[in-house]
Amino acid sequence: MTARDEVLGRIRSALGDGPSRPAAGAVVRQYRRAGAAAAEEFPAGSRSDLVELLVDRLVDYRASVSRTSPDGVAGVLGRRLAEHGIGSALVPDGFPQQWLADSAVERHSDEALTPAQLDRIDGVLCTCRLAIAETGTIVLDSGPGQGRRAVSLVPDYLLIVLEAGQVVAGVPEAVAQLDPTRPLTWISGPSATSDIELNRVEGVHGPRTLDVILIEDAETPAAEVRDAQAPEAIA
Amino acid sequence: MTYLGMPTAPAGVGQLRGTESFPAAAETALANGQLRRNLANATSTIRAKRAAVVSEVPDWQQLRAAAAAIKDDVLANLDSYLVQLEARVTEQGGVVHWARDATEANRIVTELVAATGAREVVKVKSMATQEIGLNQALEEAGILAYETDLAELIVQLGDDRPSHILVPAIHRNRTEIRDIFLAEMAGVHPGLTDDPPALAEAARTYLRQKFLTAKVAISGANFAIADTGTLMVVESEGNGRMCLTLPRTLITVMGIEKLLPTFSDLEVFLQLLPRSSTGERMNPYTSMWTGVHPGDGPQEFHLVLLDNGRTATLADDRGRAALRCIRCSACLNVCPVYERTGGHAYGSVYPGPIGAVLSPQLTGVADNPSLPFASTLCGACYDVCPVAIDIPSMLVHLRGRVNADKAAGHRLPVPEAAGMAAASWAMRGRRRWAWLLRAARLGRWARLARLSRSRTARRLLPPPLSSWTRSRDLPEPPAQTFRDWWAEQR
Repeated sequence: MTARDEVLGRIRSALGDGPSRPAAGAVVRQYRRAGAAAAEEFPAGSRSDLVELLVDRLVDYRASVSRTSPDGVAGVLGRRLAEHGIGSALVPDGFPQQWLADSAVERHSDEALTPAQLDRIDGVLCTCRLAIAETGTIVLDSGPGQGRRAVSLVPDYLLIVLEAGQVVAGVPEAVAQLDPTRPLTWISGPSATSDIELNRVEGVHGPRTLDVILIEDAETPAAEVRDAQAPEAIA
Repeated sequence: MTYLGMPTAPAGVGQLRGTESFPAAAETALANGQLRRNLANATSTIRAKRAAVVSEVPDWQQLRAAAAAIKDDVLANLDSYLVQLEARVTEQGGVVHWARDATEANRIVTELVAATGAREVVKVKSMATQEIGLNQALEEAGILAYETDLAELIVQLGDDRPSHILVPAIHRNRTEIRDIFLAEMAGVHPGLTDDPPALAEAARTYLRQKFLTAKVAISGANFAIADTGTLMVVESEGNGRMCLTLPRTLITVMGIEKLLPTFSDLEVFLQLLPRSSTGERMNPYTSMWTGVHPGDGPQEFHLVLLDNGRTATLADDRGRAALRCIRCSACLNVCPVYERTGGHAYGSVYPGPIGAVLSPQLTGVADNPSLPFASTLCGACYDVCPVAIDIPSMLVHLRGRVNADKAAGHRLPVPEAAGMAAASWAMRGRRRWAWLLRAARLGRWARLARLSRSRTARRLLPPPLSSWTRSRDLPEPPAQTFRDWWAEQR
């Protein structure tokens, strides 16, 4: 008998075949399902609350968030790369070229680069599939502008451009939108560990810096306005 | 007993059995003050973090109930879900292997690695491969396995054993970790401090070249989705992504119970697991893959489905729910016994409350008879369990199995059984019981008589009952029994 037949046979004799076995899939679900969380906690028309929650959660897990208007992306991106001293960046296929207008970095495209070649590039820029407000999570699915999984992993600096319209409330909303046949990577903050005395330390094998550029519509304040207000708020 | 017919995890391979009983091992552990300080510090940290993020979720109890129901559905239909998973993984370019036990799983993995020609593999932290002792089997075949999770690396470099499901090196503090790195990590900077970021940086540097050049990776899986064939690993450091993405060949070893029926079931478990486990709203990285993705990640994927005592566990309908476990380790972190003894005392890679119910079922209770008793039955483990496993009731059930097992091996009744039979006889007769309670008052006079001779003698019972009073105070019998008092009041 093959191992497969034997294990399946053991399962059947352990459970006992017959009418006592419950039908597959009979599960009562009383938790908040897709749509419900948004309806309860974020009443209609308050997408801005969702965005505020996402930003709060991203910052809590040590990601930096720059908020800007659609026209401001190129400027913010150029500044972020300069601040981090990023000299070379991998730019996946489908990443909007106009966002690089104000950046002086050496650009690389992914031509089946080996891990060692990826390791010699300072940073990577990418778009994403969606973001989850409640958990501060950004999901990549190797779609246009994102590159394959290795690309967003090996370089030490990761910059993700996210549009406010891609933000969903909770995990159920995200799962409902994702396609399981694609490779999926959920990212919540930079690489971290809790293995030393169960304290969280940022920065192990994955990118040690996670920058997020969040594109908001015209009605939400642009980054320049906020940047200008910040020093006053501190004073 | 139906479960007797089902093969359990074999002895002599893997790590599910200790070399001594829990009470003996615990006594050694309790004498280690450093260990107790490290554990108290780490578990109190994680308990506070978990409580804070769980309180953010208004429907936590509904999520727990759904998770328990989903896992029960998986267990009740495990054969059909496994066949479905196998079909989906195969359609998507993966190869599925079945292993009856640890020995067979080790052989399958060793042969798969050997077929690639690789002499080294990188590993993602995996309880299943710890359980079966895969690293040792690979070593015997001349293949070096590099553990890449920071805590596993600390354990591997220190030639130590894991003591916690999530953080195998929880018994080590930062200074001990620094000392292990300085002694064992090739190429480490001699000026390494015990600052946690510096220790993390040292691990990054040490493993970087391994990741970039590895040809084969071995992982476990947190979940497998039956209706899509999707596999999933949650992690924090990025070592998992390195292993799951960069090598050409990926071999995943997974217990047969780690299934979920549908992709949408992840909406429950991805809320419960990170908050229960590391006390985070979401762990830094979660990877999901379905078979082979052309041009993205490993181009050869093998899935090894492991029984190793799981079907024996499934056969006991009062112990079966232990297979709901998603290995979050919340029960370890709240357990007053685990916090004091640490994980090594349990002898198995699965320590703490879940280990006390899982290990004896995987091996058969005869091989782990002390573990069901390694608990005060306080119930904290049940309260925090994200899949609502009633561990206290299961411990009581397994204690019964241990005693039934012992009794079956003796012609004469074992002392506990004889004592319980005597108590049962005494309590069944009203007069007998009233007389015994009055007689117990005589103990007061015996105590007073002894007091003049020795202050300690008064609290000790004679052997064999002395093993009970060795660490407990014998309660003093009252001057008047309740029955006598009641008779007076009427």
